[in-house]
Parts: sequence; structure tokens; C-alpha cells
Amino acid sequence: MTAMRQATEVVDPVPGASSPHLPQQPDLVQLLTPEGERVEHPDYALDISDEELRGLYRDLALVRRWDVEATALQRQGELGIWASLLGQEAAQVGAGRALVDGDMAFPTYREHGVAWTRGVDPLHVMSLFRGVDNGGWNPVDHAFNLYTIVIGSQCLHATGYAMGIQRDGAENAVLAFLGDGATSQGEVNEALIFAASFSAPVVFFCQNNQYAISVPLERQSRVPLFKRAAGFGFPGVRVDGNDVLAVLAVTRAALQAAREGQGPTFIEAFTYRMGAHTTSDDPSRYRLASELEEWKLRDPVARLKAHLARSGIADAAFFTAVDAEGDELAARIRSGTVDMPDPAPSSMFEHVYAEKTPPLAAQQAEFEAYHASFEGEK
Amino acid sequence: MTQTLTIGKALNLGLRKAMEDDAKVVLMGEDIGKLGGVFRITDGLQKDFGEDRVVDTPLAEAGILGTAVGLAMRGYRPVCEIQFDGFVFPAYNQIVTQVAKIHARSKGTLAMPIVIRIPMGGGIGAVEHHSESPEAYFAHTAGLKVVAVSNPVDAYWGIQQAIAHPDPIVFLEPKRRYWEKAEVDTDATPEPLFASRVLRGGDDVTVLAYGPMVKTALQAAQAAEEEGRSLEVIDLRTVSPLDLVPVFESVRRTGRCVVVHEAAVTLGVGAEIAARVTEACFHSLEAPVLRVGGYDTPYPPSKLEEEYLPDLDRVLDAVDRSMGF
Repeated sequence: MTAMRQATEVVDPVPGASSPHLPQQPDLVQLLTPEGERVEHPDYALDISDEELRGLYRDLALVRRWDVEATALQRQGELGIWASLLGQEAAQVGAGRALVDGDMAFPTYREHGVAWTRGVDPLHVMSLFRGVDNGGWNPVDHAFNLYTIVIGSQCLHATGYAMGIQRDGAENAVLAFLGDGATSQGEVNEALIFAASFSAPVVFFCQNNQYAISVPLERQSRVPLFKRAAGFGFPGVRVDGNDVLAVLAVTRAALQAAREGQGPTFIEAFTYRMGAHTTSDDPSRYRLASELEEWKLRDPVARLKAHLARSGIADAAFFTAVDAEGDELAARIRSGTVDMPDPAPSSMFEHVYAEKTPPLAAQQAEFEAYHASFEGEK
Repeated sequence: MTQTLTIGKALNLGLRKAMEDDAKVVLMGEDIGKLGGVFRITDGLQKDFGEDRVVDTPLAEAGILGTAVGLAMRGYRPVCEIQFDGFVFPAYNQIVTQVAKIHARSKGTLAMPIVIRIPMGGGIGAVEHHSESPEAYFAHTAGLKVVAVSNPVDAYWGIQQAIAHPDPIVFLEPKRRYWEKAEVDTDATPEPLFASRVLRGGDDVTVLAYGPMVKTALQAAQAAEEEGRSLEVIDLRTVSPLDLVPVFESVRRTGRCVVVHEAAVTLGVGAEIAARVTEACFHSLEAPVLRVGGYDTPYPPSKLEEEYLPDLDRVLDAVDRSMGF
């Protein structure tokens, strides 16, 4: 009978999708209100020390500082493009800090906050957006795959990796990142099906930032995204994506369930892209400024700062120190980016195959001879 | 040990040997478990190696290739079966944007030792999407290698070599020749995977083929001999990378070259070969390089496929035209 009732249930339209500032979100897991007040949730307790809380704030603040610097560098012509994470810091830091040694993460191209938690040097991420590299870091050393730009493709890689973990008999889990737009991709749906069929230890972490470039969520889904999970036969949960504590608690629980053999979970982190899709985008063409103003009231960094200040967990000196560290980081990112050398022209011929094929080697030789023919010319 | 094997059985034994040799080899595909695949190439393997190593996947080709990428990142060697050539396209995105590029994207950190087995070509009287020759799509993509076997010996050794190879390989199996037999010495030393081979010496025209068309080319050479013409037949064996050194040597001798494949000729493998042979053998050529292949139409209904597919007569016609220059 339960199954019957589920099948005939009329699902409400997406709460707040067309007007994300509307408050009614009954299923939203929250541990920190927008005002920075700590609240409890019956299913998601979070045991966290003051030091860890300060660490999370430091993550959020530094990642935002990096992002601001990167946007500025793009405007000054030092990056080809930048995909800003502004507004999504808590979703990314909370998810990234839920991973433990042995876990693996598969990002989209916007997961700079997760990259930070995996110890990836921001300059390696910058190298991709500057156009000197198609990857940038060692994905094995950081247990953080390279950015995947084709929307949703990495969800299948994550699922396959999780199937490998199963075959190894390991107790690890995989975290697959995706956005709201990606949920329309066939490959993402295939990933959810494979994960369910094999009960793979993978958690799908969907940052619903309300827009797929310009197209709002209601064009992608008639139901709240987390409810899609039920159709695939595994749990779905919606978490306040601007609440780093709730994201951390929910993601930790899902990863632990996966490690224990309980299979996949779909997490919808309800958040908002406060900036443009990328530096090439113009959000004023498709959304109202008032919407952004509403979401500024839920700012993920300010929220944790308010909590730390109000509860006395951090004092003014701490915040000043984090700000100073942010400025140092930004200066390092700036000089490191500006000074980044272009790759050697011939390097494009490397690593196409494990060993260069004779035709490719011949082509490279022609390329180099052509370049050499200009030597001595102005 | 020497035994008489069909191409299908040779592939089956080759897969079995590869799985015995390396516990990381995992077969994935639709209906490859209990059923043994629609062509029975994986017959009996799930029973002996278990469901974790011979995986009946959900019916989703992108899912098969995408999860294979993840398994490869985890250190496995996935061998993906695509049920029919025309069904590879749902997986095309994963193959072209991910499988082919991850090694370069990661500067060699992540290997993609994935084999994509595809029964290739027509001649079996099938409905649409079951008779296609998609090799050029893959050969056009940097990072992939494309192998097209033509006989049981290459099937037996080639599948093992492909699985042991570090790069991703599209492994094309000549569907209508699955039941062709030959003696296979399973103790022999195999020839290199990415090398073409002269199957039959000749002086008048060099005929190039791969996969299912090799037999057609050999039949044409036999018929030509009865008419007093001597064709040199080369089995390319690999479409990417092309091994054209033996081809150049041959064409410099014969001065004439005909390329045969089932795929449409426009922008096909034959076009690439014609350009390269012209460049390398320009002063030896007595005639332009000619192509015999499919037409620029969708693969026709099966009652017309014998008109579409190159056969002995069309190869001989091209030979005549070449000799006529």
C-alpha cells in the first residue's frame, strides 16, 4: 500500500523555484538559520568543535577571496574565462570537508571550493582558466578528478569508480558533483540507474543554484530535484546549500551510508549562483536584481560569521587574521597567474597516447621543422 | 596447440585468456552474461568468472562507457561490448569527449585501458542500425586507436593485445565473418597489433582492405589471377594508427592502389589513405588511388544491401579502371 500511495502522490510544484526568495521549504535540512542561529535537526546531528567551526569559516572566506580575485583577473585579461562560485561556497566546502581519506570526488568545472578542501593549489585551477592546461592538477594525489566540462558526464565516471571500490572490497565512497541543469542530461540519469542497479557507494551532490546559465529550474523539472531520487529507488534529501553545517552533516551521513554498503544518495543543495554563470554571461538579461538582493540575506559566508561572532567562538582578531590571509592568498594567486608561462608549443603532442604513435611523431616533426624555418626571422 | 576456430570462438577464447591473465579485466555490456551476448562471443564467461567480472549492465550505452571510465580510473581494464555498430552512438559522447581525452587532459596520470568491442558491417540481412561501419568517426578522434580484425588468428591474439594495451581501443569485429574458420596456434608468437600485413603478393595493383572486406579482396585477387592479373592484397588490420609503410613499398612497385571498405567513401578511411599514398608515392603512381565502398546514403534496407556493399565484381571493376589509366 505504501508503494501505491507513493505512486499516486501528487507532488507539489517546486517550492520557490520561480521565486526562490519564498520561504516555504518544508523539506530543507538546516542547522544554521540565515541569521546565524544554530538549530537542531532530528536526523542530522553535528558534533563539531570550535576549532573546526573556525576552520570552516576560514575555508569559506579564503575560497571567496580567491573567486573575487579570479574574476578580477579575467576582467584584466589574465584569464580566458572564469566560472565563479560566488554564493555556493558553503555547499562546496561543506561537501568537500565531508570526504575522508580513501574517498574520491568528481567535480564539474565550478568546484573551486571542493578543490580547496582537497588541497589543490588554486594556481593549478587558474592554469585551466588561463588556457595553459586542460587539466592542471594530479587527480590521483588529490583524490579529486579533473574538471569535467561536458555537463553531467562525470556522474558516470563517479559511478564506475564506485563500482571499482566495490570490486576492491574497500570501504570508501565517491562524491559526484552536478548542477541543476545536469539533471536533464541522459548520462546523469544513466548514472543514477547504474548506481541504483549495482548499489554503488556513490553520493550525487547536486548544487541547485536555480539556473542552468539562463534557464530556470522550472524548465528542467516539475518536481523538486531531490524527489527524483525516489524514482530511482534511493534516498533523496534537500539541504540548505548556504548552510555549511547542514551540508557537512548531510553529506557525511550519505557518504557513511555508502561506505557501509547502503548504496547511493541524492543530495540537492538548495543554493543560489550570486554571480554570472561565467565571466562571459550577463544575468541581468534573465533574472531580476531583486532576486539577488533576497539571496544576499542568506549569504553563506556572512551566516557562519554571524554565528561565530554571536556565540563567541571567534573574535575580531580571528576575522582580521583570516582577512589578512585572504589578501596574501589573493596576492599569490595574482602574481602566480600573471607570471604563469605559456606551454611549449610542442607539448600538445604529448600524452595523446601512452606512447607516441609513428604518424603523430611524424606530424610533430613536421610541426617543429615548420617552426624552426622561422628561426632568425623577426 | 593448434585448433580450428571461428572468429567468434577465437574472440571467446581470447577474452577468456585475458581474464585469466589479469584479474582487473572486467567485461561489461548488454546481455553478455547468461545469454553470452547476442553473438555468443562471451558465452560461458560469466559462469566461470562471476557477475562482478562479466557484468550484465542496464540497457544504456553511455552508461556502459561512462562507468568504464570510472573503473579504469580505479585500475580496472574494462572491455565494453556494444551490441551492434549502430548502437554505439549513445556512447559517442563518452568515447570522444572522455575516453579519448582523459590521458592527455591528465598529462598521462590517468590511463584509459578500455576496449570497446563492436560487431561491424553489413551482409546479415538485418534491420536498420545493425549493419554500419563507424570506423572513421573514431579514427578521426585523437586519443583513440581503431583495430579491425579479419580472421580468427587476429581475433584471438588481437583481443588479448588490445586488452593489455594502455590506450583505449575501438575493436571492430567483422560481424558477417564471425563464423569463418581458420587454424589458430594458441602457442604462437602473435604479430604486433598495429601493423598491416601483406596477405598475397602481386605486381599489378595493390588492394587494401580491413575487417570484413579482407575476404572480399582476397576473392577478387583469386578471380583476377584467373584473368591473368596479379593483385597484391594488404590487410591493414589497424585503422588508427595506420601502418602505411608496407603500403607505400607495395604501391611504389605496382604504381596502382585500390582501397576497399564498407563505409561510405566520402571522408572515409580510404580518402585518408588516398591522400597519404599520393603524397608518399606520387612519382610512382600510374593511376589515381581509387576507392570502393558504400555510397553516401543511409545503409539501405537489407534487400538492397548487396547493391550497397562492395563485392568481388566492384573490386575488379576498380582494378580495371586503375589499369585503364
